[in-house]
Amino acid sequence: MKTNTLTTIWSKFASLLALILLVGVVTVLNPAFLEPANLMNLLRQISINGLIAFGMTFVILTGGIDLSVGSTLALTSALAAGMMVAGVDPILTIFIAVLIGAILGAVNGLFIAKGKMAPFIVTLATMTIYRGLTLLYTEGKPITGFGDSYAFQLFGKGYFLGIPVPAVTMIIVFVVLWFMLHKMSFGRKTYAIGGNEKAALISGIRVDRVKVMIYSISGMMAALAGMILTSRLGSAQPTAGQTYEMDAIAAVVIGGTSLAGGKGRIAGTFIGVLIIGILNNGMNLLGISAFYQQVVKGVVILIAVLLDRKRS
Amino acid sequence: MRIVMNDIHKAFGANKVLQGVNFTLEPGEVHALMGENGAGKSTLMNILTGLHKRDQGSITIDGKEVHFKDSKEAEAAGIAFIRQELNIWPEMTVLENLFIGKELRNSFGVLKERKMKTLAKQVFNRLDISIPLDKKAGECSVGEQQMIEISKALMLDAEVIIMDEPTSALADKEIEKLFTVMKELTASGVSLVYISHRMEEIFEICDRITVMRDGVSVATSYIKDTSFEEIVKQMVGRELEDRYPARVPKYGKTVFEVKGLSRKGVFEDISFSVKEGEILGISGLMGAGRTEIMRAIFGLDPYDSGNIVMNGESVTIKSPADAADKRIAFVTEDRKDEGLILDYSIRDNIMLPNLKSFSSYGVIQTKDEKSFVQTMVKRLKVKTESEEKSVGDLSGGNQQKVVLAKWIGKQPKVLIMDEPTRGIDVGAKREIYQLMNELTDRGMAIIMISSDLPEILGMSDRILVIHEGKISGELMRDEATQEKIMTFATGGNEK
Repeated sequence: MKTNTLTTIWSKFASLLALILLVGVVTVLNPAFLEPANLMNLLRQISINGLIAFGMTFVILTGGIDLSVGSTLALTSALAAGMMVAGVDPILTIFIAVLIGAILGAVNGLFIAKGKMAPFIVTLATMTIYRGLTLLYTEGKPITGFGDSYAFQLFGKGYFLGIPVPAVTMIIVFVVLWFMLHKMSFGRKTYAIGGNEKAALISGIRVDRVKVMIYSISGMMAALAGMILTSRLGSAQPTAGQTYEMDAIAAVVIGGTSLAGGKGRIAGTFIGVLIIGILNNGMNLLGISAFYQQVVKGVVILIAVLLDRKRS
Repeated sequence: MRIVMNDIHKAFGANKVLQGVNFTLEPGEVHALMGENGAGKSTLMNILTGLHKRDQGSITIDGKEVHFKDSKEAEAAGIAFIRQELNIWPEMTVLENLFIGKELRNSFGVLKERKMKTLAKQVFNRLDISIPLDKKAGECSVGEQQMIEISKALMLDAEVIIMDEPTSALADKEIEKLFTVMKELTASGVSLVYISHRMEEIFEICDRITVMRDGVSVATSYIKDTSFEEIVKQMVGRELEDRYPARVPKYGKTVFEVKGLSRKGVFEDISFSVKEGEILGISGLMGAGRTEIMRAIFGLDPYDSGNIVMNGESVTIKSPADAADKRIAFVTEDRKDEGLILDYSIRDNIMLPNLKSFSSYGVIQTKDEKSFVQTMVKRLKVKTESEEKSVGDLSGGNQQKVVLAKWIGKQPKVLIMDEPTRGIDVGAKREIYQLMNELTDRGMAIIMISSDLPEILGMSDRILVIHEGKISGELMRDEATQEKIMTFATGGNEK
């Protein structure tokens, strides 16, 4: 939606350049990084944050924020595990879980759009509520004992043509969301709300409806990520997904999307997800302590936002 | 203080904005600066007040060459600039606003509240205004906010005050007040630069006028020696035909009716109708409720009772989306805040209300979109190299054309225009008038709110006057005069 092509090219270029640079540095320090096995591992690692961050991109483009994604992930994961233990078909369970995620997101959207409340406050509240509901449902204990479905195991641990299934899921979702954002009127409306909500409303865009849909998408993405996590762990953890919202927001911001809304691209978010993923993966390969990793990640976010300021 | 600006040049990149401007300001005069949007008026004043550096030319104050590095230096020299967007902190009190950044403190850093109050009252007395000092500035009217700005300038001992479109958001009474204050200022030796598009005001208040066109000062003359036609000619560089293009109205059936629309405390029992091909002018003072009525009709604000009827059928409009579906369009008075997304391209803005028509199953048909946008840009004569340019870079007139393009593409039955030519240069104004005529020829009904009386008289077939939320009078084109409208608008002759 940017108009000046030069700045568009530069902003695409900048985060991509950072990504290439990072790959270069990590490879030089440890050539094992580029081994196919590690790359596949990397793709699987980033798929959960990727899915959440893609949904978060829509939310942030409208000038909103969704802090409840981590709790949504945990709640849908717990409910799904419960359903499977009770004998519901695993594939059906995944669909129901994603639907529940959409409803949890829609609740956020309704409070934000109809209640005219700040997204930060609404999702902060539902973050606590959804987490509390998870703890109530699980009684604070992990749910296990649903691990014998081959199809469900495949969802988190399997491979398709040599690529991890979670990565395939993430890429399909990315393509679908990219298409929605850039080729469909839904995407134009998303940008319009972030660019100038009043003007969007007066132009006859049903702003409330679009917002509810966007928060539903965010909830769906969290639930889908929750299914991958549940499958990989073979259990539903009541504390799953804590601080996942932060990694997702970080990826969106590193990818060049403005927290004020109206400016940004989902492809940038993909790059942001890759940067965070490679930082984690690379530092693990290099044997850097997890404590340092946190510091480095924080520094990268600061630099990314600083560069973005300079650009605009 | 006598300011002489001589042969000023300024370029931003390859864009030569000023190419030899001469401007002289004598002590105690009101000097109008006029020109179409983009003629370079603001740039010239920004150079005078140190915001931009000149590339070439000289500025002298009382014979001494000056080079201001920033607006602070200019202020220190006694030159204040009151911009169109007022510098007001709405959540702070009037007193706090007056002294913002220049608070008086004792040696412990504690504010000298009483001293500041005394000073503020002195300035207010000088201007003969009374605004409570503890009122929140955001709750003051625009006129009062302007007085706060003028007071701030005076407290800096400004000898030159530049005012950019000071009356664009003022009610008539407030304009009168402003003019009284301006006269008081010039009597005490302050000189004023008055940037405005309103010819009538310039003839009322100014002593001299400098007209700019395309970055050059065309002429400076005494107001008493010049005329309206002369100035327009200088501005557009050609003879302007009639200010309001002629048209022979062809009315069709009544397309839109409002019956007994009321909203408690805002407007009451509003009933009117518009025919196809008709321009209905809505006049009245600022704050009379004109905009509020239209906002309610368009689904932006709620209303308590009443009916909206289209083509004889009662319709429910709960949101702008409903209104748009019923083919009602609304060009709001605030194009920057409500009409456009300034960072986005012309194409994106024009497409906002038209997304549905150009998508199938939600997928945008880019080819159709492109040709549609190009047609609209051409039809409305939006001056731009590309429809991918962001609307924030366009002049006011071209921005307004984009707002119009976005709605006209939907072929509305009823087009509501709120202050359609505010802050727009003469050339673009005429283009918009012509477009209005063309649209009514095709059977569109237009409802036009305007505070510009000549415009209301020149364009409307019928005029409704609103006073304190009620319709106080209705005038046909041939019986309407400024005096009659003002009588109704001030409640002088209740219906």
